[in-house]
Amino acid sequence: MTAYTATVTVRLKRGVLDPEAETTQQALERLGFELSDLRSADRFEVDLDAADAGEAADRADEMAERLLANPTIHDYDVAVAER
Amino acid sequence: MTVAVVQFGGSNCDRDAVRALDHLGVDAERVWHEDGLPDDAEGIVLPGGFSYGDYLRAGAMAARAPIMDEVRAAAEEGVPVIGICNGAQIGSESGLTPGAFTTNASARFQCEPVRLRVERADTPWTAAYGEGDVIEVPIAHGEGRFEISDEAHADLVDDDRVLFRYCDADGNVTDAANPNGSTDNVAGVLGERETVAVLMPHPERATLPDLGRSTDGAGILAAFA
Repeated sequence: MTAYTATVTVRLKRGVLDPEAETTQQALERLGFELSDLRSADRFEVDLDAADAGEAADRADEMAERLLANPTIHDYDVAVAER
Repeated sequence: MTVAVVQFGGSNCDRDAVRALDHLGVDAERVWHEDGLPDDAEGIVLPGGFSYGDYLRAGAMAARAPIMDEVRAAAEEGVPVIGICNGAQIGSESGLTPGAFTTNASARFQCEPVRLRVERADTPWTAAYGEGDVIEVPIAHGEGRFEISDEAHADLVDDDRVLFRYCDADGNVTDAANPNGSTDNVAGVLGERETVAVLMPHPERATLPDLGRSTDGAGILAAFA
């Protein structure tokens, strides 16, 4: 078994309104920053032991499918690195 | 009929639901989720609140609690199930109903009376109304914006499973009458069976005459009577 960190990034699908990101963008603009858009995302770092990187990715993928993301509104991706 | 009002950590409208049901002559009791559904539960309410602090997403944690397997099984057997506010979020997160409830377009928590157009009057939840009736029921949520994929929305409309839409006093479904940016002004939907429904507004807060301006919500809870 090898120790991995699987990083699951969950973001709203393109086209789904993100009021929190809009509010954050407005606050940045009030501070004088110039930006054309801002998107927010949730990142989960999952430490786990697995036989190989593929198995670690599969398990993290299932975690995203079953809990971390809501398929109605979210896309997600998984990246695995040895820890 | 005994109605089980399922209480999760952070539920806070469970007592209100029991009180409103009592007022309608319905035997109801609060059930702590870890205790499981009572054998004699002939109806289920998923009440409002902030289960598990809305961690991850509103309703996400409670939707994965073991009792929800029992709720889904009961729903499939035809036991009437209604999810109200946080209960609606739990219902959609658990797959009882389609779509998702997420952050209001205003990015604010909104607590205000709204008007709903009754889109179906031939369900247990709306038998007290006529199709097109306008009822007044309060909302109190930060994450009530109904989101759904275009395909699933088309199916929802084709299958006539929209139960309530936000509307104005005359029953017009307009952007101005949409409090939270919900897709198609949807305020409540049916599950695969008409005996399963979720809605963001609070019928239990518009049932007791002493509570204020509207008792229009009583007709929804009367499904259990």
